[in-house]
Amino acid sequence: MATSGSNGGADGVVRRDFLTIAAGAFTAVGVAAAIWPFVHQMNPSADVLALSSTEVDISKVQAGQAITVLWRGKPVFVRHRTEAEIDAARRDDTASLPDPQKDADRVKKAEWLITLGVCTHLGCVPLAFQGDYKGWFCPCHGSHYDTSGRIRKGPAPRNLEVPQYAFLNDTRVKIG
Amino acid sequence: MSGIHSKFNKGIIGWIDYRLPIFTILDDMVGTGYPTPRNLNYWWNFGSLAGLCLVIQIVTGIVLAMHYTPHVDLAFASVEHIMRDVNYGWLLRYVHANGASMFFVVVYIHIFRGLYFGSYKSPREVLWFLGIIIFLLMMATAFMGYVLPWGQMSFWGATVITNLFSAIPVVGDYIVTLLWGGFSVDNPTLNRFFSLHYLLPFAIAAVVVLHILALHQHGSNNPLGIDANGPQDKIPFHPYYTVKDLFGIAVFLIFFSALVFYAPNMLGEVDNYIEANPLVTPAHIVPEWYFLPFYAILRSIPDKLFGVLAMFGSILLLFVLPWLDTSRVRSARFRPVFKVFFYVFIADCVLLLVCGGKPPEGIWLILGRIGTAYYFIHFLILLPVIGFWERPLPLPKSISEPVLGGGKPAAAVAAPAKE
Repeated sequence: MATSGSNGGADGVVRRDFLTIAAGAFTAVGVAAAIWPFVHQMNPSADVLALSSTEVDISKVQAGQAITVLWRGKPVFVRHRTEAEIDAARRDDTASLPDPQKDADRVKKAEWLITLGVCTHLGCVPLAFQGDYKGWFCPCHGSHYDTSGRIRKGPAPRNLEVPQYAFLNDTRVKIG
Repeated sequence: MSGIHSKFNKGIIGWIDYRLPIFTILDDMVGTGYPTPRNLNYWWNFGSLAGLCLVIQIVTGIVLAMHYTPHVDLAFASVEHIMRDVNYGWLLRYVHANGASMFFVVVYIHIFRGLYFGSYKSPREVLWFLGIIIFLLMMATAFMGYVLPWGQMSFWGATVITNLFSAIPVVGDYIVTLLWGGFSVDNPTLNRFFSLHYLLPFAIAAVVVLHILALHQHGSNNPLGIDANGPQDKIPFHPYYTVKDLFGIAVFLIFFSALVFYAPNMLGEVDNYIEANPLVTPAHIVPEWYFLPFYAILRSIPDKLFGVLAMFGSILLLFVLPWLDTSRVRSARFRPVFKVFFYVFIADCVLLLVCGGKPPEGIWLILGRIGTAYYFIHFLILLPVIGFWERPLPLPKSISEPVLGGGKPAAAVAAPAKE
């Protein structure tokens, strides 16, 4: 900083430099603070966040059936698996998987498989009980999922995502 | 200037400027290449402030449109959704609503600056016309924006203002039906108002470009109202007036923030927080404050058609102002008689503003009529007569003479410059 009056020290730095930098820095902080509300307003609003969980009654879903429920505007598959489907899923734990994961890590109760109904390729909704592995088949670009919702064949990179959920009792599930 | 001869001939900037001369153009518009009178005072800050207001309105408006629903059943709720649920929605809406008021404050000061210093006179008449066009577009935009929240004042304001057109003989009712898209202010009206409210600010921006283009043709007027004699009377826009404008913006934002954060509803009407009801008119319906003088003129005339004509005429009159003012001296500093009547005119406008906000009965109606009469007398009688009759003070020989210290008149002129 300037030590010898307003017109400069030995190193050529003058008081005006300090004023310029201080004013510039203050302006930059102010502009950044002013921009933030314009960005943040695009994030989910309070009413959207308030709808971020949904409860499902699963008492009427028989073994071998699946239902699709809406959560956060996206489909969620709730599938009541048969013994054969569970066995097939567990048997394939050791198969060559693009996204290796054990079936036991993807379920809380073996007969209930709950995943997002969104193909991990480009976001279409896969069709249940179809494809080479009788899990799901995505009609958009031909991804095959098995009965654990794991990707087995096709362009999708990852298994069907398992959302956060909890069994409130034997017949009710809270998703989200 | 072509890129070859410009000062931007080095590095990446030079490479671009040689092919697309944006740096040269900007420099000539608001940079070192734009010579500006050296004696501009703070009243000349309000042009750039008006530009800032337009930008603030457009940016906040685009963002609000992301959350607003232009439907009679949903509009009011969607505005409350913005206020309560959208992240910083309250801030964006308050900035937009109060930004409209600040825009008018700034533009009114800008207009009165022009009236005082004779900025409308030759050779700046077209510059002045473009300013009036911007003002008219602003009023249309502000009116339609006020309808969008679909509160009681929105609805009844829209009803009253659109009904102004029914005063037109023969075709009036057809025009009103056309404006409404129905037989009353309803969903089609709201939809088209939203569409136009989004469009018009960009039309304003386009006219602003022409306004600046016309400004640059002969350069800014100045407090002395005399033409520059040569380079010694001018300084480059950058850094002198960019810094001065930025300082003005900083001060302006303090006032703006005070309004937004401490009194965001001060200028609004509480009735607009009641959802529109086509069956009940609020007991006391008034437009936003910036329309009040014109509203007072409308109500002062006890005839529907002539009331409407007087209201529109009060603004359209500004188009002939360059010829109504017969004095060849621009600045009021050298016009002792005009100066007095200028302040009387300001008082008259304030009187009309107050009358416009009061019920049209008793003393307020009388005062409103006096104010209306004086408004037209000022333009149609006083200005032409004063121009002939008044003996102006001697003008300084140049802009730099009073600054650098010339003779006696120079000192007398330099003193008020520090106001």
